[in-house]
Amino acid sequence: MTTQRQLVVVGNGMVGQRLVEAVRQRDPERRWRITVLGEEPRPAYDRVALTSYLTGTTEAELGLVPDGCYDGDSELVLGEAVTRIDRDARVVETSAGRVVPYDALVLATGSRPFVPPVPGADLDGCFVYRTIDDLDAIRDRAGHVASGVVIGGGLLGLEAANALLSLGLSASVVEFAPRLMPAQVDQGGGEVLRRKVEELGLAARLDTATERIAAVDGGLRMSFADGSSLDTGLVVFSAGIRPRDELARAAGLAVGERGGIVVDEACRTSDPSIWAIGECALAGGRVYGLVAPGYEMAEVVADRLLGGDAAFLEADMSTKLKLLGVDVASFGDAHAATADALEVVYADPVGGVYKKLVVTDDASRLLGGVLVGDASAYAALRTMVGQPLTDTPEKLLLAGPSTSDLGDDAQVCSCQNVSAGAIRSAIHDEGCADVASIKACTRAGTVCGSCVPLLKTLLTQSGVEANPALCEHFDVGRAELFDIVRVTGLRTFSEIIARHGRGRGCDICKPAIASILASLGSGHILDGEQAALQDTNDAFLANIQRNGTYSVVPRVPGGELTPEGLIAIGEVARDFGLYSKITGGQRIDLLGARVEQLPAIWKRLVDAGFESGHAYGKALRTVKSCVGSTWCRYGVQDSTSLAIMLELRYRGLRAPHKIKAGVSGCARECAEARSKDVGVIASENGWNLYVGGNGGFRPRHAELFASDLSDAELVRLVDRFLMFYVRTADRLQRTAAWIEALTEEHGDGLAYLHRVLVEDELGVCADLEAAMDRHAGSYTDEWAAVLDDEEKLSRFVSFVNAPEAPDPSIRFVTERGQIRPADGAPVVAGPTLEVVRR
Amino acid sequence: MTVLDVRAWTVVCRFDRLLPERGVAALVGGEQVAIFRTHDGALFALANRDPFSDAYVLSRGIVGSRGAVPTVASPMHKQVFSLVTGECLDEPGVAVPVYEVRVRDGDVEVAVP
Repeated sequence: MTTQRQLVVVGNGMVGQRLVEAVRQRDPERRWRITVLGEEPRPAYDRVALTSYLTGTTEAELGLVPDGCYDGDSELVLGEAVTRIDRDARVVETSAGRVVPYDALVLATGSRPFVPPVPGADLDGCFVYRTIDDLDAIRDRAGHVASGVVIGGGLLGLEAANALLSLGLSASVVEFAPRLMPAQVDQGGGEVLRRKVEELGLAARLDTATERIAAVDGGLRMSFADGSSLDTGLVVFSAGIRPRDELARAAGLAVGERGGIVVDEACRTSDPSIWAIGECALAGGRVYGLVAPGYEMAEVVADRLLGGDAAFLEADMSTKLKLLGVDVASFGDAHAATADALEVVYADPVGGVYKKLVVTDDASRLLGGVLVGDASAYAALRTMVGQPLTDTPEKLLLAGPSTSDLGDDAQVCSCQNVSAGAIRSAIHDEGCADVASIKACTRAGTVCGSCVPLLKTLLTQSGVEANPALCEHFDVGRAELFDIVRVTGLRTFSEIIARHGRGRGCDICKPAIASILASLGSGHILDGEQAALQDTNDAFLANIQRNGTYSVVPRVPGGELTPEGLIAIGEVARDFGLYSKITGGQRIDLLGARVEQLPAIWKRLVDAGFESGHAYGKALRTVKSCVGSTWCRYGVQDSTSLAIMLELRYRGLRAPHKIKAGVSGCARECAEARSKDVGVIASENGWNLYVGGNGGFRPRHAELFASDLSDAELVRLVDRFLMFYVRTADRLQRTAAWIEALTEEHGDGLAYLHRVLVEDELGVCADLEAAMDRHAGSYTDEWAAVLDDEEKLSRFVSFVNAPEAPDPSIRFVTERGQIRPADGAPVVAGPTLEVVRR
Repeated sequence: MTVLDVRAWTVVCRFDRLLPERGVAALVGGEQVAIFRTHDGALFALANRDPFSDAYVLSRGIVGSRGAVPTVASPMHKQVFSLVTGECLDEPGVAVPVYEVRVRDGDVEVAVP
């Protein structure tokens, strides 16, 4: 057995982490032991998505280090900077005095933001934009000031300006060049971009050099070369990056004149045992400030470390991003630097669209292009760079290319360098049938996401239609079925399946149709044929437990309970011998009820003023709240009253999945509203609405959807949100997954919802509100309705031929003073079971 | 020649008591039997015990079809059983007992061996 060699990686950023994973993937025999030394106190996170940290994405969600990535053969040391490389002894030394020997050393130290030598750039209130710590500091400052200025109108500068807007500041960008994003777009594209971002509330000062920053009363004053000045609360520098090459420099490695560790096409430095990758490396005379080339370098070094001969030649600098809702993309030779290149331009300044293609002088091949305002053709156009044109440039500009003739070599995902051939192989050989599985299998689409539409196209072309079919009985998905039922007015399962499906249904389509019928207001869910569609929980208006008994949860709106109510619930639990437990939704769960006991339990609860809490339904569950300004010394709004009002408005609303909501009376968020589908948090000026949160298997925080709403505005917006969800989500899709699916379909799901539900782009808002008004107006208690109906009551028996007999298989034992199911005989499920035939 | 019918038939309930595409449970000679009425009026009877969860709940499952086979899905973990043979269609090798069931004079009768 050969001894393990030591690989030391300096830096745990996106590229350093990618290297570790790339080596691990290629090194199943564990020939390399890996030590990663990171200066930041946290493991690698997604800097591309950094801005989302300010709008609610958590540190954990940004994290890039998979569970189990570091094990016995690899180690991640955080919060320790490497201070010296001793090339003779082949060791590195850290700020904590640790000495780590290496056989191979990879420098992935990244870059630092460049702060121009402007007097005053080091004042309080001046920031850079690179790490989570930077964002925390900016957020703190933003809480006390009204405006912010970003110096630098490049890609990252606009991102930072966007962040300032999302923090509620008025924001400006100061750019030295005569246009925004000078590296990516040309003058024409820059002009459209400026107009669009100014429409969206961002002021842009172009052709402007900052000479000085001074502290003035309560803020900063920026003075410009033209003699003008601007007062602001904070300044963010985003004027480019500088490679962090100081370690290499001190160790005597070759560095470039303007910085950057010189590497060859293997990404090897002037010392053959030392490599450099990412933004600290100077490859082919240039420093790459994008993540995609960094990833490619990581792959090259991983390959070389394991005996391969991969090379980093020239990276694709294509970029696509969405800033303040404006699509901007550039690819290939965007500035027409190729000799005799021709530019074909389409500009619609009114519509805010600018498109340019750069082609060879005979218009036979595509060289590059710029897209502003509409970048839908980006993914397909980028893959065609260097290829013969499939159509005239004008047609390609206006209609976009067809992707059917995408060659296997064409690069689909530039961030992860995945070709069309690799995607096709994942579809055909690995059986990937949807975008999510392609992402998991190839990593394509996992960084910037701009190629996701192309992944869908490739799936469709490979004959793998995104199959919306609900089950073997219906070829359409839930959303389409909802529309069919709504428009045709069909109200029985038999009619619906006869006209739009086949067979007699199953445990998937029947509850789905039951839910649709209930959402459309079709009487009691156990009326007529509907009774046969319901899952056992809905059929018995209670939640089935592991031993076949049910639990009963009365509604406690907003979690507010009178002493009399509390006593009544306690008496019911005592008299029926039920196990009682407080739920996470601020109510009381009564467990262990047999089918024949349910009506008697409900009768007692209904008489005491309670009603069904719909704990059994794919429906609104609870609206959790804190005591709010009524009692709490920190509260700024009456969260309890609002929660009760919301719970009473939306109770009984059947939906594709359960709906949870919460209302907090101040930013301390004691009601945990952001873990709910609908979360409301009080602000000084009203209510902030968050949507799309959930706990469960994959926890998600709800994201801010609208701010400072009045009670009436809030209710209208929640009406629209919930009814649109009810109508268009897939079965068993919580709001978070629904918004994710909208993102796959429309770009940014939340922005899409904003367009539909706030700007009323589809003209459906009035209808959604009316539908919710109908729901609220027609609500009745499902328990009370059964108690009034002899026929329905007769179904609540354990045995049809012995209505009084309890199920003898249900047995309890006592634990901590209450019942619990007795553990029965071991469960037998296997080939030993006898098959009895008639 | 005469074949004696030695099976013991037990009257369970009136046929009208059964809802189309739902089940009921009955106690027959100490056994729990799940009886289902499909949309066309046909009757099927299985053991009520779900072999996967060991709970007596199959009568409360959703009745439907898979291909041409009438089925019930366990309400506990949704495994689908054939109403005709009792076999689990999701887990080959697992099955529940099936019983004979008929309608006589409007009464539903089950035979448990």
